[in-house]
Amino acid sequence: MYDIEKFYQARSVADAVRALRADERAIVIAGGSDVLIEIRDGKLAGCSLVSIHGLAELEGVERTAEGEIVIRAGTSFSRIANDPILLRTVPMLAYAADQVGGPQIRNIGTIGGNVCNGVTSADSASSLWALNATLELTGGEGTRLVPIREFYTGPGKTVRRHDEILTAIRIARADYEGFGGCYLKYGKRNAMEIATLGCAAMVRLTPDQKAIAELRLAYGVAAPTPMRCTATEEAVRGAAITPELLDRIAQGALNEVKPRSSWRASREFRLQLVSEMSRRAVRQAIVNAGGEADV
Amino acid sequence: MFKTLTMTVNGREVSIPVDERESLADTLRNRLGLTSVKKGCEVGECGACTVLIDGEAFDTCIYLSLWAEGRSILTVEGLKSPTGELNPVQQAFIDEAATQCGFCTPGLIMSAVEIVGTGKRYSREELRKLISGHLCRCTGYDSILNALERVVEQTYKHVGHEGEAPGPAGHA
Repeated sequence: MYDIEKFYQARSVADAVRALRADERAIVIAGGSDVLIEIRDGKLAGCSLVSIHGLAELEGVERTAEGEIVIRAGTSFSRIANDPILLRTVPMLAYAADQVGGPQIRNIGTIGGNVCNGVTSADSASSLWALNATLELTGGEGTRLVPIREFYTGPGKTVRRHDEILTAIRIARADYEGFGGCYLKYGKRNAMEIATLGCAAMVRLTPDQKAIAELRLAYGVAAPTPMRCTATEEAVRGAAITPELLDRIAQGALNEVKPRSSWRASREFRLQLVSEMSRRAVRQAIVNAGGEADV
Repeated sequence: MFKTLTMTVNGREVSIPVDERESLADTLRNRLGLTSVKKGCEVGECGACTVLIDGEAFDTCIYLSLWAEGRSILTVEGLKSPTGELNPVQQAFIDEAATQCGFCTPGLIMSAVEIVGTGKRYSREELRKLISGHLCRCTGYDSILNALERVVEQTYKHVGHEGEAPGPAGHA
């Protein structure tokens, strides 16, 4: 038996918003693979839950006529990992979703929950940062769109208001078309593991495929929230693909990240990972973009 | 608070009162006597409580019972054929001696039923990933993977075509 004081199963997003407004203590539960564990731990003992589990309007992936990808927030990681639209347009994100937990966790865990938890280690977060995802929040005052870089305010903290539900994650066509991407996760085991470090790289090449038109480099667990190495990205705009390029990117990333020591890994080890994983992810992203990274 | 939960369990519709704080593992074990559903870690790490819900494997220790409303649940108790024969997955576990203490076995068998139900062929590495949500502290997994390889191969020979999955089901 879980230590839950109040439980309400919402019948729709609007119903969930109403229930949240009526109870300022209420917590949203979707898949439950984080919330239920925290209840077991005692951290959320005696909580009041508003469940959005199983709401059909929160499930599925579509591509609009303008080419925008819309991922409903309640879509499970297994669906995302196997979704034909995502595998074609943003395979890096499908791959990242496939690195979460194990098969049963991927069947229950939702991408929206992964984002709303606000943790830096979320497997989907670095890819969504690299993809410039936009988050669609629906609350009592209607719907608003928040760029993912403005969503996180600290570890476990986001700008989502108490009565808001994350309803969709949107990725514009210009943010995926023409890019090659690569997500790498470092963990001590291959499954059932929280990332020691996550790195997502996206590369768009110049028409001759000899230089970087645009780089995007995002990390999880390299700072208190997921982050992008924007200074490094700017610095290599137009740079030729040479052996020195990967050194420059790795050095740039090291100047921008702020990892901490935790029981999982020391700051020093994470810095080593930041450097090495930037090289590997960028090299693979260049290949995935159609270039040669024989460097 | 108690609520009435209506779901299909091993092919039979049941309607029972459940506490809204209850996990599906508790409901299946304590109210329906389905003790193949084992409670190991209770935080979704070990996979001992795995059952199929609408054909997909879930850890029932982190699944609220009320979420099962209208859904179809399959546990090891539902695998036996009408004439009492074991499911091919169960038989493969016996043939390969894939069981020692037996605690992880029901959960692994349910994941295996889902895997076999796709009708696809998998490499040993792929199978390793597909059962990575289960912990076994006895066998070292080798005999379990042998059993999976055996039954996946058997099924593929009978019904299998790449991409033409008959869907996860109970006893064929």
